[in-house]
Amino acid sequence: MRRGIAASALVAALAVSLAACGSSGSSSSTAANGPVTITYWDTSNATNEAPTYQDVAKKFEAANPNIKVNFVNVPFDSAQNKLQTAMGSKGAPDVFRSDVGWTAAFAKAGYLTPLDGTPALADSAAFQPSLLKQASYQGKTYGVPLVTDTLGLLYNKALFAKAGITAAPTTWDALKADAATVKAKTGVDGFEMRAGDGYYAMPLLFGEGTDMVNAAAKKITVNSPQAAAAVETYKSLFTSPGTVKADLTSDGYAHMMDAFNTGKVAAIINGPWEITNIYQGSAFTDKANLGIAAVPAGSAGKPGAPTGGHNIDVYAGSDAAHQAAAEKFAAFMTSAASQTEIAQKNSTLPTRSDAYTPALTADPGIAGFQAILPVAQPRPELPEYSSLFTSIGTNLGKILQNQESTQAGLDATASDYAKLLPDFTK
Amino acid sequence: MAVAVQGAPSTGGRDREPRPGLATRVKRSYSTYWYAYAMAAPVVLVLGVLVGYPLARGVYLTLTDATSLNTGHTVGVNHIPDTFKFVGLHNYADVLWGDSSYDRFWSHFIWTIAWTVICVTLTYGLGLAMALLMHQKLRGRTAYRLLLILPWAVPTFVTVFSWRLLLADNGMVNVLLGSLHLPQPSWLEDPLAQKAAAILVNTWCGVPFMMVSLLGGLQSIPAELYEAAEMDGASPWQRFRFVTLPGLRAVSSTVILLGVIWTFNQFVIIFLLFGQNAPDVQILVTWAYQLGFGQQPRDYAQSASYGIILLSILIVFTAFYQRWLKRNDQGVI
Repeated sequence: MRRGIAASALVAALAVSLAACGSSGSSSSTAANGPVTITYWDTSNATNEAPTYQDVAKKFEAANPNIKVNFVNVPFDSAQNKLQTAMGSKGAPDVFRSDVGWTAAFAKAGYLTPLDGTPALADSAAFQPSLLKQASYQGKTYGVPLVTDTLGLLYNKALFAKAGITAAPTTWDALKADAATVKAKTGVDGFEMRAGDGYYAMPLLFGEGTDMVNAAAKKITVNSPQAAAAVETYKSLFTSPGTVKADLTSDGYAHMMDAFNTGKVAAIINGPWEITNIYQGSAFTDKANLGIAAVPAGSAGKPGAPTGGHNIDVYAGSDAAHQAAAEKFAAFMTSAASQTEIAQKNSTLPTRSDAYTPALTADPGIAGFQAILPVAQPRPELPEYSSLFTSIGTNLGKILQNQESTQAGLDATASDYAKLLPDFTK
Repeated sequence: MAVAVQGAPSTGGRDREPRPGLATRVKRSYSTYWYAYAMAAPVVLVLGVLVGYPLARGVYLTLTDATSLNTGHTVGVNHIPDTFKFVGLHNYADVLWGDSSYDRFWSHFIWTIAWTVICVTLTYGLGLAMALLMHQKLRGRTAYRLLLILPWAVPTFVTVFSWRLLLADNGMVNVLLGSLHLPQPSWLEDPLAQKAAAILVNTWCGVPFMMVSLLGGLQSIPAELYEAAEMDGASPWQRFRFVTLPGLRAVSSTVILLGVIWTFNQFVIIFLLFGQNAPDVQILVTWAYQLGFGQQPRDYAQSASYGIILLSILIVFTAFYQRWLKRNDQGVI
């Protein structure tokens, strides 16, 4: 019986994928000047963010009557996998929203078309140079920056005030002290950290002046003494008084956000993509209650957080007509007007200076993150960089559960990296 | 095997009638059974495409160092050639006794075997107990049967997500344990508790199938046998031991074999219950998925090696199981 279900599901899946191939095949045979339908994969949050992108896509259709946009929302968690599968065979979108961390690997695999000199990058001078550099691989630009972000310390001002804390903590030790104070004075947990996720541990590594690898020197640094010190601090953020213990379940992220949005925890580390959700939480009906500060600094003295964000990428496998339409679409999506609209509705950060209108910078969420953008560390041009987060995430989980010591966990990560990056030294 | 020739003086029909050649036999069989061949052809073809080709390709991949970075593909104008190399049996050697093979393979192997044995024992035992209960004449029997089949009828992912809520740190299960002043383990985080939770949920999902099958088996045992046994003064235990269990032999051997294969390859429950960041509770199948699809870059070669190893384990198991059943049957008959 179960076999039967599995078999019929397989048949159904095959039928669907065949149908998908069929439709994309027929649409790509359209004449160059006739109406074109391009498929756009949107990876934004389906309930909060996607309607804005859909709205921009509608405006694009209105401005370009010959081009129809087939808007498909793909959950972010599975998007990288789905894109990779689709682009390696058939059924890939013509244009898609891609995490900045995916661009180099996709470009290396030949999935992306370079956009220098195309309509997509006509306004290249308006974009922040570091973000354009982040979208490039071996001298060519493969993505148009759409939104940018970094991690910051988000805190509940009312709870901090109740505990008698007037300013956001600027070091991890101060953060731990504040968390203890909040817990003692208000009864609410002071701080929650995302557990077992390498991306959220990056501020600690940067805070000790190190990274997972040193791409320039071709050296694996994840098990260096500095990194070990960073992970020791990381570990203490789950066990010191007033902090929430490590939640390694697959619902950990949702638990953290629920707790923060409803005022059950006073501070978290997260990025601007959650601001719209946070404003819907019961603790933040007054938007001004959300405090945004740079991530705390480590012993190296300077705070640092990874640069995130999304680009619009154009698939290399479409025919000329679809590519031309996709490039126009990429330009429209990243125009100053569109970026302003997206930022206003989604509280994400624009990637070009002319999109920061006075009305936009008046938004406390945007203003807060705009102020801490300088803390963001650019990503090295290394196609494997985003793959590095898998191993460190797993091993951080084991370290937090005391299944292995900090050094042993980081050494295991380093040997995984050595397989991934054969020409790097340990 | 040698027992079978007892009292059979024949040396076969060969002396009387020479066996026709292969071509003639095929021809004759074709002209007799052409209809059957025509009916079977589509299935053979589809199986060849759906099973044969991937299997052959999988075996080939295990002999290479293919990953998603060095596998060739064509994207519009870009033709990226294959750059993976033939490495012979290196992958198998690496998986089975290479560097840190205990962490990567053997720990998962041991857990997979333990998981299969425990789950099948529990589902079969509980299924049999419930089938015996349901076989009694009692009021509202149909309603009970329906209720007990329910976990099977609900889509597995719904069941698993419900359990994820129940087993969460402050979920129903821990609230209940707390009110009884018992320890409240973090079912979804602590490695040992994770394993217990996985077994619990799989048992929950697997019992209805066992129960329904065994109930069918029970109903096919003639009532006369019980009557005769009672006349002979057999105790309830003796009736169970010497009438019920032998009567269920055919059904039991099938459901246990199916149970072992399904549990061994039970991907959904582990994957949905814990996600990808739970290295300790991964069984070989979910681990193979993790290698092949759940990480960047995808390691096709190692993932395929796991697939072939899994297949081999199941083939060996099935062969031994069949042989064991046959031997036991001969003992009975």
